[in-house]
Amino acid sequence: MAEPRVAFDLQIPSDVEYIEGVVELARQRCRELKLSPTKCSLNVPVALSEALSNAILRGNNSTGGRHVRVRAIVSDKDIVFEVVDEGPGFDLDECTRDCTLEENLTKEEGRGLFLMRRLMDRVESFRNEGNVVRLTLYRE
Amino acid sequence: MSFSIKKQGEVVVVDVEGQLIVGNRQELKQKVLDELEKGEKKFLIDFSQTGYIDSSGLGVLVSLSKKIREQGGELRLANLNDDLQTLFELTKLDTLFQISDTRERALESF
Repeated sequence: MAEPRVAFDLQIPSDVEYIEGVVELARQRCRELKLSPTKCSLNVPVALSEALSNAILRGNNSTGGRHVRVRAIVSDKDIVFEVVDEGPGFDLDECTRDCTLEENLTKEEGRGLFLMRRLMDRVESFRNEGNVVRLTLYRE
Repeated sequence: MSFSIKKQGEVVVVDVEGQLIVGNRQELKQKVLDELEKGEKKFLIDFSQTGYIDSSGLGVLVSLSKKIREQGGELRLANLNDDLQTLFELTKLDTLFQISDTRERALESF
């Protein structure tokens, strides 16, 4: 079994304009790893986009001068994305809302964490030199 | 990524080219609201050239749908690819919108 390797490791300014470029890089890596087309075009782009926009808009609170670090680690069985912001962190379970409930269906916000958790095999949030959101997707 | 708007009969048709995400959702919202303010009532958003949509993009669709309905109008969607269809099903937004397979069917349904 090969050692996990870093597929990319970037630090971006805390600005949503950078999200699309990072997502495109992630998709490219996923295609190189021959992940399924759906994982490349749905699971990874949407979940990573959500993690990045949460980090920029909520974690860093859109504060100028702050940054978001994003890295991808590939192993034989999965690809892991870690998104690190400079905010205080949050309780994943407490903040995840079931957007499919009737009372939430017509709300404009509140689908981000729900989608991340539905589209990834595992989502974790913890503190380690910043607030880390770790997304894990199995390759098979 | 861009949005193009044109009128087909009585329907304002919006094409979403590229992604509909946090970085550009306001642009779509403003374009549609401008048309609504001019008195337009029937709106169709065509996703045949769309990559992916994030939760902010979905939120804008929900918000626009509400605003259009408040003005006595209607918003319909067309041409969701399999991934986008899955996204709408996961969030149950497929139950909130009238979605057509093709632009022609959507236009006929108004």
